[in-house]
Amino acid sequence: MKRGIPVRLEGLSKRFGKVEAVKELDLTIEAGELVAFLGPSGCGKTTTLLMIAGIYRPTTGAVYFGDRRVDHLHPKDRDVGMVFQSYALYPHLNLFENIAFPLRLKRVPDGEVRDRVQKTADLLGIGHILERKPAQVSGGQQQRAALARALVKEPQVLLLDEPLSNLDAQIRLSARAEIRRLQRDLGVTAILVTHDQAEALAMADRVAVFSMGELQQYATPEVLYHRPKNTFVAGFVGSPPMNLIEGEFTGDGFRAGELRIPIPGAPTGKGWLGVRPEHLSLGETGHPARVLVVEPLGREVLVVVAVGEVRLQLLLPEGEKPAIDREVQLVFPTRELHFFNAEGRRIGPE
Amino acid sequence: MPILPRNWPLWLLVLALITLPIGVGLLWLLLTALFDQVHGLRPVGAFSPENWRFLFEGSVGGRPSIWVALKNSVFFATAVAGLEVLIASMAAYAISRMKFPFRTPYLGMILVLHAFPAVSLLIAIYYILRVLGLFDTLIGVILVKASLELPLGIWLMKGFFDQLSWDMEMAALVDGASRWTVFWKVALPLVRPGILALGTFALLSAWGEFILPFTFIVSGKSWTLALYMQSFMREAFVDYGLMAAVGLFYATPVLLLFLLGQRYLLNIYSGGVKG
Repeated sequence: MKRGIPVRLEGLSKRFGKVEAVKELDLTIEAGELVAFLGPSGCGKTTTLLMIAGIYRPTTGAVYFGDRRVDHLHPKDRDVGMVFQSYALYPHLNLFENIAFPLRLKRVPDGEVRDRVQKTADLLGIGHILERKPAQVSGGQQQRAALARALVKEPQVLLLDEPLSNLDAQIRLSARAEIRRLQRDLGVTAILVTHDQAEALAMADRVAVFSMGELQQYATPEVLYHRPKNTFVAGFVGSPPMNLIEGEFTGDGFRAGELRIPIPGAPTGKGWLGVRPEHLSLGETGHPARVLVVEPLGREVLVVVAVGEVRLQLLLPEGEKPAIDREVQLVFPTRELHFFNAEGRRIGPE
Repeated sequence: MPILPRNWPLWLLVLALITLPIGVGLLWLLLTALFDQVHGLRPVGAFSPENWRFLFEGSVGGRPSIWVALKNSVFFATAVAGLEVLIASMAAYAISRMKFPFRTPYLGMILVLHAFPAVSLLIAIYYILRVLGLFDTLIGVILVKASLELPLGIWLMKGFFDQLSWDMEMAALVDGASRWTVFWKVALPLVRPGILALGTFALLSAWGEFILPFTFIVSGKSWTLALYMQSFMREAFVDYGLMAAVGLFYATPVLLLFLLGQRYLLNIYSGGVKG
């Protein structure tokens, strides 16, 4: 199968009446890359995907596939495959005809249709149930059929709109790996829309984080996790989310209410201090805090402590589980601290 | 296995009582048609096939043959139903799925049209048919009947189209379909229950239509069964036996169609409609 092509978005905007769903988006996706559009619902990620697919026409801006400008083209002339959250299989057709649908529309000869549908279905492990109707197969199989339908015409760009969110947690993990493997093998350029940050981090080469129609950060999962550009990304990526404390930097430390943390080389002025739950710990000497909630997560324990008015989440190894209401000593790390200014933008290296 | 309500004998009794007048009416019709004479429900005189002579004699009392009227009725009903289903589904799809100027006022006007009793339009329609040269033709009456039924059909089909998911249509577009292909290959097959319901409803309604053919058709060669039957009422001496036999002949297809189509008709009254 052929390799994918780069997708470039230039100044892309979409307005529905007075609502600006997507604002001035610039983004390049390299050939063969899997990029995740991550964000809460209503952040513009699906709207962007539908503009790439050709369902929505952008209000302004351009979409390029390689060197070809496609934003004025009908979806059928764009050579994209798409998997929908609801799978959107045609209930009146069996799986074979569902997968064959794009080929039938292209008037591919019968014999070739049969070969290509069978080959794609086998690749996805549903080759033996092609005569069944969508309602007669499991959710996981429907999802594979939808993926097969998107792949059968060997598109240059594969669009995935929350393809895993209707699956059971168990199947979801294996489907994640499988989609990733297929996408790599086929070399197709893929865009995955998701609101699940774990899914985005696990599957994507790069992640574009959206909020309120605007791109917040576009980077690899590692950069996103370790150097979030602003408080939105910091709070959205990672589970449990990063602790963000509003307070004041004093040049040699940070204070918020009763909380005082000495930080050599800290900035000055009002801002936010970010620290991930897994980087906090309990020790002999530290900041006095009271344990509010203890939530065993299996291998780890999620602990919520209060320092005055400030609430903080910690992830501790199972053995270090404290008792509720106990006074503990909270230890802040010296390195994994994130500084944000009053507007929420990262201070320091990006 | 259907589950019976707890006090089903009572329900059965209530249903039987409601159905009784209709059942008695049909029985009366049957008896009148089969015997020489009946006094109420009691046959007087011998069983007689005499009432069914219209089936074998070319014409009864100067009327055209019943077979001509039957052919006209079948043509009339199927043409009306076909036109109505075709136009209503296309119009309803556009209204349900597309944005166009004056969409909302248009929808409102359709509803107003539905509220108009057809009888109040008879004179205006007469003039229109005269101008178009369609007066006294089946085609003319078919067009009139289909148009008058369209508002209901469009609203009904719109309800069915509204229930289809957008995802499915978007998927078809991405798969390479044009809007037209989406309509024929994806949307239309999925509203099959609506089409069957509307089709059955339109067939029944057109089969029973009287006032339009009565007003706009003069020549016997274009008579439908409704006109054929009505013609007996115009005589000085009404042969009720003969009329009952014709009535039974006229009603049989409806009964059969209803038995076959009641499943679909129920779609109109349950779940199917969503404005």
